Amino acid sequence: MKNRLSVKRRAYGTILKGFILLCAGITVMLLAILIGFIFYRGLGNITWELLTTARSALKNTIGILPNILYTLYIILTTLVIALPVGIGAAIYLNEYAANKRFVRVIEFATETLTGIPSIIYGLVGYLFFCQKLGLGSSILAGSLTLVIMTLPTIVRTTQEALKTVPDSYREGAVALGATKWYMIRTIILPSSLDGVVGGAILSIGRIVGESAALIFTAGTGYALVTHYLQALGTSGGSLSVALYVYAFEQGEFDVGFAIASILIIIVLIINFMTKFVKRKLKKV
Amino acid sequence: MNIITAKGLNLHYGSFHALKNIDVDIPEKEITALIGPSGCGKSTFLKTLNRMNDMVQGVKITGEVIYHGEDIYANGMDVTVLRKNIGMVFQKPNPFPMSIYDNIAYGPRLHGNYKKSELNDLVERSLRGAAVWGEVKDRLKKSAMGLSGGQQQRLCIARALSVEPDVLLMDEPTSALDPASTMKIEELMSELKKNYTVVIVTHNMQQAARISDKTAFFLVGEMVEVGDTDDVFSMPKDKRTEDYITGRFG
Amino acid sequence: MKIKAVMEKTMSCLFFICGMVTIAAVITISVYMVLSGIPAIKEVGLSEFLFGQVWKSTAAEPQFGILPFILTSVYGTLGACLVGVPVGIMTAVFLAKIASTRVAATVNTAVELLAGIPSVVYGLIGMIVLVPAIMQLFQLKNGTSLLAAIIVLAVMILPSIISVSRTALMAVPKEYEEASYALGATKMETIFKVSIPAAKSGIAAGIVLGIGRAIGEAMAVMMVAGNVANMPGLFKSVTFLTTAIAKEMSYASGLQKQALYSIALVLFIFIMIINVILNAVLKRGDKR
Repeated sequence: MKNRLSVKRRAYGTILKGFILLCAGITVMLLAILIGFIFYRGLGNITWELLTTARSALKNTIGILPNILYTLYIILTTLVIALPVGIGAAIYLNEYAANKRFVRVIEFATETLTGIPSIIYGLVGYLFFCQKLGLGSSILAGSLTLVIMTLPTIVRTTQEALKTVPDSYREGAVALGATKWYMIRTIILPSSLDGVVGGAILSIGRIVGESAALIFTAGTGYALVTHYLQALGTSGGSLSVALYVYAFEQGEFDVGFAIASILIIIVLIINFMTKFVKRKLKKV
Repeated sequence: MNIITAKGLNLHYGSFHALKNIDVDIPEKEITALIGPSGCGKSTFLKTLNRMNDMVQGVKITGEVIYHGEDIYANGMDVTVLRKNIGMVFQKPNPFPMSIYDNIAYGPRLHGNYKKSELNDLVERSLRGAAVWGEVKDRLKKSAMGLSGGQQQRLCIARALSVEPDVLLMDEPTSALDPASTMKIEELMSELKKNYTVVIVTHNMQQAARISDKTAFFLVGEMVEVGDTDDVFSMPKDKRTEDYITGRFG
Repeated sequence: MKIKAVMEKTMSCLFFICGMVTIAAVITISVYMVLSGIPAIKEVGLSEFLFGQVWKSTAAEPQFGILPFILTSVYGTLGACLVGVPVGIMTAVFLAKIASTRVAATVNTAVELLAGIPSVVYGLIGMIVLVPAIMQLFQLKNGTSLLAAIIVLAVMILPSIISVSRTALMAVPKEYEEASYALGATKMETIFKVSIPAAKSGIAAGIVLGIGRAIGEAMAVMMVAGNVANMPGLFKSVTFLTTAIAKEMSYASGLQKQALYSIALVLFIFIMIINVILNAVLKRGDKR
């Protein structure tokens, strides 16, 4: 009995395996180089002054405190609206909706929203929130645009979390005489907390990284505004928008890399937190 | 003539001693049945014959399995060639999500260069050999997933035959099938043994008694008794065998 | 008890409204896209708009042909796929079939991080590293080019392709692979002749996802592609459908502005078509 694999088959096998390993290596290398280079060029430029002051034409300095604040305002405003609406939609889909076709329609709409590129969100946000609703270039307009953008993420993650709640919980509650809303409030939502929080954290990541949708709706302003309600009506650039403006439009590469480093650190934190939340809040 | 001989075969899954010192001969061109209660190691033993256990994490095998005069666990033994010669049919029919033709042609295409016409002949021969040609000859290009359970299993047998093995290992091949399909496959096995050696694992004692020439009884990783089927079933030498056969446990 | 009933009714109404928000959003977006995009197309003429090769929006005698943008977007996306799809699928194979659990977890984290990096950061690196490198390597006057955009896009779509393909590969029933091994196939043969074909609709979905991302990317591409309204060439400065909008939006007015909305409409329709294909591919996969 011949007991060796033919040369041709062995050669193919080695080449293919090598190709697979190469590609995986490329992927990891890309990340390493990206993060490495950004930190190399940027970490050194993160000064206390950069982080805590605003841009000053007088002193000819650049500070990104306003942008940091604007980013926080946008995150807050977006989540305050998107979380209830998204969770509500998910609850409707999972707990209330009876008509299967209707559920599919909503899910199709959600899928569609996911596929729309952010520049179109920016454009429609500009047309609808800034112009039609008269909000102008403002944090509020930007946040409302991002609400629609992040809705699919929150709906999907909440839905998945709701689905993991065993039906036996629901049956038990109903058998004790609880109304649907009471059951949802006291049993189902607490059980799906990890998924909801995970979705929120994911959305924060997307909001921080978003630029095209915000440029046309929240603008590129860099004035320091510490009063939240006032900021809502102001034009303000988030960190990502600021990176674009400073690096691409003004050639301030050092500032650009500093902001990029901050953004990467935020991405790392968000990635870590998502895993942490999954582990910590998981009810076995 | 014995085609496969196991000598002092031991198998551990991690710390679990799954097969204990198995010594058995598999005679050529006969049907050998492996019987025993759930978890007794019969399937595990079957899989040592074509080294399918190699892929389990943490498995350790000592001893020898001699096939054509060579120990298949020796260094330098190529498993891909071994498995071409010792084929396997699984409990749940598992055709590839491809056409019937491509299912059968998969093995031959791997192992050799065949012209189109040669491949066509090979496919037909294999399907005839599994007694399923008549039912599929007009739908060779259709997906195999559209066949019934019994047809799929015979397709899997044909697929195993396509690489022209000496030995066919069958791991509870009819337990997932209806009685009519089971009967068809049992008839097929009687035909198959004219040209192939068949080793079958079955938890259905009546099946073993019906179709096999030799029977081995496994219990908790040991091979308790082995012999001609008629002898094992009518005059078992070991009390444990007798208890199992008479249904005192199962 | 009445309060409970009222509460119940109110809450279920609220939830229903929340569910409707997504539908309302899709309808609003579609309506605005169409309404704002039609006027310029009517004014310029559909074939002149779609197939005209000259875009001079600020000239005294403005011309609004967007063929350069359409072709650039198509070539750019195809180029990104040519590079990104093989690397992505192979990495997915590595994760699903070859890597040990620990290595797989590490590489998976790397993929997740790649997915989270903002597009402007990709653009920054492209601008500072890639563009000068291309300029030097190919002795060009200027490194901003279609090539730079293709490379950046390829990297950006990797995570989408990898994660979806990995899920699809991991979902391939073990029985198929067992059958392949039992017939004497090697691991590579099993992966390429059985596992990948069995996962093909999932992998296709990942590719379509990547295509959608590539064709919709604006900021990163803006920073590396040059933004000149040329007919596409690998080493020429080019403009995509997305960057055409982004570039002129801030200062456009009148017909020029409306033309930008029309570009957005064309982009929107492109994306919708891709989404429809995605759904069709997925449905076919589920039927098996």
